[in-house]
Amino acid sequence: MKTGPAQTGPFPELGQYLENLGEEQSLIGILHRAQGLYGYLGRDIQLYIARKLNIPAAEVFGVVSFYSHFNTEPPGKFTISVCMGTPCYVRGAEAVLEKCREELNIGTGETTADGLFTLKDVRCVGACGLAPVVLVSDKVYGRVVPEDIRRILDDTVKEVK
Amino acid sequence: MINAKINGLQIEAPEGSTILEAAGKAGIRIPTLCHLDLHDIHMVNQTASCRVCMVELADTRASRNKIVPACVTKLTEGMEVITASIRAIRARRMSVELLLSNHPNDCFICAKNLDCELQSLAAELGLRKLRMRGERIDVPLDDSSGAIVKNANKCIYCRRCETMCNEVQTCGILSGIGRGYRAFVGPAFNMPMQESSCTYCCQCTMVCPTAALTQANHVHKVWDALADPGKHVIVQTAPAIRVTLGEMFGMAPGSVVTGKMVTALKRMGFDGVFDTNLGADLTVMEEAAELIHRMENGGTLPMLTSCCPAWVKFIEHQFPELVDIPSSCMSPHIMFGVIAKTYYADKLGIEPDDIVVVSVMPCIAKKAEAKRPELTKDTRSHVDIVITTRELGGMIREAGIMFDGLPDSEFDAPLGESTGAAALFGSSGGVIEAVVRTARQWAGDEDHGNTEEIELEQLRGMDGLRRASVTIGGREAVIGIASGLGSARKLLEEIRDGKSDYTAIEIMACPGGCIAGGGQPYHHGNYNAVRKRQEGLYSEDRRIKIRKSHENPAALALYEKFLGKPYGEKARGMLHTYFEKRERV
Repeated sequence: MKTGPAQTGPFPELGQYLENLGEEQSLIGILHRAQGLYGYLGRDIQLYIARKLNIPAAEVFGVVSFYSHFNTEPPGKFTISVCMGTPCYVRGAEAVLEKCREELNIGTGETTADGLFTLKDVRCVGACGLAPVVLVSDKVYGRVVPEDIRRILDDTVKEVK
Repeated sequence: MINAKINGLQIEAPEGSTILEAAGKAGIRIPTLCHLDLHDIHMVNQTASCRVCMVELADTRASRNKIVPACVTKLTEGMEVITASIRAIRARRMSVELLLSNHPNDCFICAKNLDCELQSLAAELGLRKLRMRGERIDVPLDDSSGAIVKNANKCIYCRRCETMCNEVQTCGILSGIGRGYRAFVGPAFNMPMQESSCTYCCQCTMVCPTAALTQANHVHKVWDALADPGKHVIVQTAPAIRVTLGEMFGMAPGSVVTGKMVTALKRMGFDGVFDTNLGADLTVMEEAAELIHRMENGGTLPMLTSCCPAWVKFIEHQFPELVDIPSSCMSPHIMFGVIAKTYYADKLGIEPDDIVVVSVMPCIAKKAEAKRPELTKDTRSHVDIVITTRELGGMIREAGIMFDGLPDSEFDAPLGESTGAAALFGSSGGVIEAVVRTARQWAGDEDHGNTEEIELEQLRGMDGLRRASVTIGGREAVIGIASGLGSARKLLEEIRDGKSDYTAIEIMACPGGCIAGGGQPYHHGNYNAVRKRQEGLYSEDRRIKIRKSHENPAALALYEKFLGKPYGEKARGMLHTYFEKRERV
């Protein structure tokens, strides 16, 4: 793999990571690391990765746009992820998601104006026994009904204050 | 060899054959949609995503026979395949019904009406009712480039365009975006095509089964210009279209229709019907002079031809460090435009602004090329409107002209005279053959009048990458020829890495050259038809008495009265351009 001087590039930490990878590279793994480092995968980072790996930017974007896990915009302080996997869906996740949209006054994939919440619908999070499941960042709420949403949001806001 | 049964027929097929291949050889047709085998240009699209080629496998051990896609399932010893069982047919129909359930239902105003593989398939399967109607995606139409047009709502996700763009052309512009039902194909960041590094070669549009990827249509602009009494509208026709236009009217591939085409254009009301081949002759003279200049003065070698706008854009984006090595010549139709709005305007006493130059091209990239800012003078384009072979075919039909019965006519003077060398421009290898014919003589090689010295067989052919050796002025010149941008990339990498020993290289973006350009009648992967088109051009070269560009009387008169010497100061000022280093996105 061709890499330039790692510390001086636009994304020094990622550059260093790629340098250490050597030949062992998987695009998804690199994207995970990049999102971990910078919170989201903006256009600049995607282009940087494409050039470092010498692959088309379209290929990188294709993968980023495929997985709901990847953000292309800076996320809010908290990410509300409503699981839309089959078990959650049949147990009413759609109504839960709708309630989130209503309470936050944003659409899926958007971030509130105060930068506090990003709303996402995600595929199975692996907690089907608790369906329907809502994640607030890493915190898991199970058997959620639409009426719980206001309280969950308020609790989260309290945490910040 | 493998022995198997298809529809009860005992067959034998080579190891590794798919059911589809074996059935085809046995004369059994299995409908396909996403599958595309263009073995002539080493492209196979085998995503098995459409599920149209479903067939049934007899299995006595299982309670129920398996249904499998024939395009990717390998034939195995003793296999029993049923291609037209009721279950296979139902599975096939269901796949197409599902594809149609969210497909826009606007066939009669669609750019691909009567040329659409999905439409043909629905007809072939006898669909008469749409049982399902799904929610549609609504992605805005992208016609930002004025050349390629992307309508993602018509994408059926066959990925043929991706295979063409990434594997054959190695441009890497197109990729699947999003997932599931909302997925479609587009460039990185779903940016407008114009902002991407797309070369507009439009080979993707040649393999797209629907109208997800097509071309911008500028027919209305031509009709408007023709209807404007204040405009002097002239048309020029590219070398490659005279051997393909006939196909639009049911004629055999390779039919040479130069005379009929000229008659049709005159009847449509153009004020002058001229030939881009004159521009090609000027290009040959400029390039030959530039090549000799570079060879004798230690200039940059190899010299690359620069007639192909898609190839030019490819080097600008993909190899910006090499943009100085292509010939600085404008492409033939732009040269023609320059002459039309200066010399010709002057001669006829018409204001250049009142002249409309229409180019009929085999190429969609020419539409974008004509709009390049450096190819305009004082905000006036050298070429005003570019239409493709397909658009011209449509106009002729619209005008009610019965093409196949037309008598022949000659191009108009003074910009209609051309040579056999110019006709070759339409085929891979043709530009460099024309340049070598002229360069040889200018460099002092004796002309024995032999056919072998004119028809340079070593430069001809269809392979993507060719290498040949000729002598120019007693020196050996190694000629490289690439058609298809993947082949071009290989030559450019050799140059970049300092491993190239070529003197001159011809590059055309489309595999086979302009005869297989993105604006040509759809050949649906039939490269035998493309070969016929090539033979048509060779026969055109033989038909024309003057076969060397520098002997074209019209071109010679132009230099004598107007341009001065080939590659002289005035010619360089008027007929040459520059290329830019661009970003790769």
